[in-house]
Amino acid sequence: MPRILGVDIPNDKPTHIALRYLYGIGPTLALKLCEQANIDPQRRAKELADDEIARLANILERDQYTVEGQLRRQVQQNIARLKDIGCYRGLRHRRGLPVRGQRTRTNARTRKGPRKTVAGKKGVKELRG
Amino acid sequence: MGRSVKKGPYVDMKLLAKVEKQEQTKKREPIKTWSRDCTIVPDFVGHTFLVHNGKQFIKVFITEDMVGHKLGEFSPTRIFKGHSGGKGKK
Repeated sequence: MPRILGVDIPNDKPTHIALRYLYGIGPTLALKLCEQANIDPQRRAKELADDEIARLANILERDQYTVEGQLRRQVQQNIARLKDIGCYRGLRHRRGLPVRGQRTRTNARTRKGPRKTVAGKKGVKELRG
Repeated sequence: MGRSVKKGPYVDMKLLAKVEKQEQTKKREPIKTWSRDCTIVPDFVGHTFLVHNGKQFIKVFITEDMVGHKLGEFSPTRIFKGHSGGKGKK
């Protein structure tokens, strides 16, 4: 299995899809990388020669793409900044609620996590007793 | 949708004038304001504002990181005090 930029081991999918297993590489960038490195995007990742992988890694390095750890850190820093200055978005991040004005009366489960049922709340089935 | 770049950021001109006046006189008093929609520009850094939240004025000290945000973002309009019956577990 080939490995690009250290730990990432994309499997035996077409190259342009395998590349997307790296954090920060999406469909567009994946295809662009293939084009720049002169690799047929449809070729399986396992068929890639060492120098072809090196070429891909090289392009990532040369054009200063923020991927993987660096990108993750950047995102975290942005969130930390919002929390730090005490703005509305930062407060929402702190509380683990949706940040962009979505409703929270229902839904918002991605941010809030699994439902915490509250006893005695209207609409819960314990009305039968 | 974002604001047109052509117009530049929205800044309350009266507020900016007040800030500039303070800048010259070196007097740093909190500026009371209702214009929550005013963008924080670099000139505001180091000044203190009292931003209305619909009921009270919240003191906001402007730091460099806040540039580009709006004044209202630092003056929450809702206070969540928790749900009824919460916490007290029997």
